[in-house]
Amino acid sequence: MTVTGTTFDDDTRRGWRPGRPSRASLGEWITANVILVVLVGLIVAIAIYDTDFISANSVRNILTNSSTRILVALGAGIVLISRGVDLSGGRMVGLAAVVSASMLQTETYSRQFYPDLPALPLILPIAVAIGITTLLGVVNGLVVARLRVPPFIATLGMMVIAFGMTAIYFDQPPNNSQPISGIREDLSALGTGQLALGPLSIPIIIVIAGTAAVIFWVLLEKTVFGKNVYAIGGNPQAAQVSGVNIVRTLIAVYAIAGACYGLAGVLEAARTGGASSRYGELYELDAIAACVVGGVSTAGGIGRVRGIVAGVLVFAVISYGLTFIGINPFWQQIIKGVIIIGAVAFDMSRARRTR
Amino acid sequence: MTSPSTVSQLPPVMGAMPPDATPVARSAGADAAPAPLLAMRGITKSFPGVTALDAVDLTVRAGTVHALCGENGAGKSTLMNVLAGLVQPDAGEIVLAGDHVRFASPAEAMHAGISMIQQELHPVPARSVMENIWLGRFPRSRLGLVDHDRMRRDSRRLFQGIGVDLDPDARAGDLSVSQVQLMEIARAVSFDARVVIMDEPTSSLSEHEVQRLFGLIADLRAKGVAVIYISHKLEEVMAISDEVSVMRDGRMIGTSPTAGLTIGEVITRMVGRDLTDRYPGRQVTQGEVLLDVDGLTSPVPGSFRDVSFRLHRGEVLGIGGLVGAQRTELVEAIFGLRSIAAGTIRVDGREQVIRSPVDAKRLGMALLTEDRRASGVVPTRSVFENTILAHMPRYANRMGIVDTTRARQDAVRVLGRLRVRTPSLRTPLTSLSGGNQQKVLFGRWLLWDPEILILDEPTRGIDVGAKFEIYTIINELAAQGKGIIMISSELPELIGESDRIVVMCRGRLTGIVDRADATEATIMRLATDSLDDEPSAVVPGA
Repeated sequence: MTVTGTTFDDDTRRGWRPGRPSRASLGEWITANVILVVLVGLIVAIAIYDTDFISANSVRNILTNSSTRILVALGAGIVLISRGVDLSGGRMVGLAAVVSASMLQTETYSRQFYPDLPALPLILPIAVAIGITTLLGVVNGLVVARLRVPPFIATLGMMVIAFGMTAIYFDQPPNNSQPISGIREDLSALGTGQLALGPLSIPIIIVIAGTAAVIFWVLLEKTVFGKNVYAIGGNPQAAQVSGVNIVRTLIAVYAIAGACYGLAGVLEAARTGGASSRYGELYELDAIAACVVGGVSTAGGIGRVRGIVAGVLVFAVISYGLTFIGINPFWQQIIKGVIIIGAVAFDMSRARRTR
Repeated sequence: MTSPSTVSQLPPVMGAMPPDATPVARSAGADAAPAPLLAMRGITKSFPGVTALDAVDLTVRAGTVHALCGENGAGKSTLMNVLAGLVQPDAGEIVLAGDHVRFASPAEAMHAGISMIQQELHPVPARSVMENIWLGRFPRSRLGLVDHDRMRRDSRRLFQGIGVDLDPDARAGDLSVSQVQLMEIARAVSFDARVVIMDEPTSSLSEHEVQRLFGLIADLRAKGVAVIYISHKLEEVMAISDEVSVMRDGRMIGTSPTAGLTIGEVITRMVGRDLTDRYPGRQVTQGEVLLDVDGLTSPVPGSFRDVSFRLHRGEVLGIGGLVGAQRTELVEAIFGLRSIAAGTIRVDGREQVIRSPVDAKRLGMALLTEDRRASGVVPTRSVFENTILAHMPRYANRMGIVDTTRARQDAVRVLGRLRVRTPSLRTPLTSLSGGNQQKVLFGRWLLWDPEILILDEPTRGIDVGAKFEIYTIINELAAQGKGIIMISSELPELIGESDRIVVMCRGRLTGIVDRADATEATIMRLATDSLDDEPSAVVPGA
């Protein structure tokens, strides 16, 4: 066999970094980043239909609508990369939303969840809400890694449990399952406030989601933990023999996912100005769909943050853009479904060709 | 790197030789078949960046065993994949029994009478033997349902015909590796195969099972089937084949009758240079005891029990035995992958409890596992990521962030030392040849710089040149005062590389042999001495 490529010595000389399409042709780049192409294509198509679509306002709306979804998808994504799946995300969003909103209502509001609760510092209820979902994530991790329950089953159980917990909490007198509203302004500010950056004003919620995405990128691509997650997803036995602590890593994976869902839940309450036990319903499936469309393999070991974010944005562009140009919202469902199947079918055919 | 002059120095190639030149009159068809059963001409195949096959010719006669030799990456597997319809050639033609053929899929090749038994077997473990054999062409009853009775009858008749004793209703997952292989051979024969390709068929078999396989191959040959036999084990090639074709760097170097060849000549053709000694010599300077295993016993009945041995610094300790000797289980227990019921492990004189590979690594141990695909390679990751997998914390700062520049320099250094051939560090590991994959996995542990290196079949499926390099590295490590445990099922390798050889039989240590006293006979006797009463599920053909 004659190797006409370079030897690996060249990699160090050129300071090659993973993922940089240094020698790849444009065609290869497009194939490898099909999700970005789909995203741009969608935007262009909608803009051709109605040029008003291209505006700072659209961008802001799409990003704002995507923010909590990005958090949930990051959580679902890291679990998928570890060769797992997490169905409990949506219900954890609901739990965190209800818990944080219940403790952060204005004192003058007539129907308070805790009528006698003194005004708490903002961070405390948020920490409690995220703490609870992180703990539930740890339980997920323990059940998967220690008890060896398949992730689908473990997190299906947790999904049901988390909803039960939310419903019981929500049903306490005097609330009796009434929607929680009248939340404090400092919480609302996280969901609807703007951060002035010179002439630009950026919604705080976008900044939070963006920061989370950057942290995830560093975590997955740069740290030992992230590389271990990829290795476990790619071949758990090889990782184990190499001395990777699988149990600890998987517990951390599910815990991190839980923290993401918790933060997303708090922000959902902040964004909408309230909460109910139905919050977050089916978010986990939207998140998995976004991951899969963004190139995360359900077989584990493959997936990148930019793909996950792009996957969420594709769905946000569809729902915002198609509503913008006045297409019947039920059509959006069909288009979303076609994109989910089409994206994965394309990936599979690419994998077949390169094998 | 190929010099054209080597080609001309070869003994006469097949076509120039009268068909009865084979001195050993083994074949039924050899004397009566002037036209070859199979002729591949000018087969060329390029993959991105690589010319895998460069105008390769191969001629195979009916009723012969035709060995195909070459280093990893020489193009043997690609050539056979072309023949079996798995790979489409860029150019060239295939003539089967006088007809020009072209196979778009493995199914087409199979129905034309070409069956390939892959190196890595993929049965459907949860289904029965007969369902595995007739998969894709189940017999149907008049109602359109699967006719299980007929399938069972056909399977029995098939097994009888080739002298294989398998239960058609056994679950494929319950079979041993060798039984799965027999099942695959039966499946190949069931297509009325005229050409059967076997890619490294003995890599998972014990000596005993190899003899059974050879019996079966002889039967196929007597029935006029052409067997193309790919193996790195040249002793086997010499024992079973009628002709040997050697490939190197995607080209056919030549074909000769086996009888006129020596192993040395085959190796010379494979590597394109003389390799006089297959085992590099080593100065043995044994140091103090590094690892002391005493009375180690598995909680699993029938697994290893009461095993005691010592590993010294600077020593290569071989572990020999047949499949089922529980050698892999023993070293996995030492490495913390399996639990132990009794016994102690001392490292550097101190008793240790090793509960996981994390503990074992902390004590300076490394384990290169036997099954590359199952527990070695991370297929989704690059050569680089696979290399640094076991020692990322070493390159991490306090935040856990990996210093890839430093890690890459080390990876390049260690992979360069192992002479890994890869287009780049970011190439997916699975796109390298088997030998290069194994060298990368070896590199994974060399980077870690362990004190005790446990190697489980380190050269399985690796070509001669790469083997020599791996032996050289083992010797270097021993010279540095490390202790090396090497499980091997190849007796010449075991005797050639080890200072002492621990021999196991069905979980018991039956002897420790010094290199000076080690012969294949002594080791085989120790490996089999209590095996006679073992009831066997597979008996060779009558």
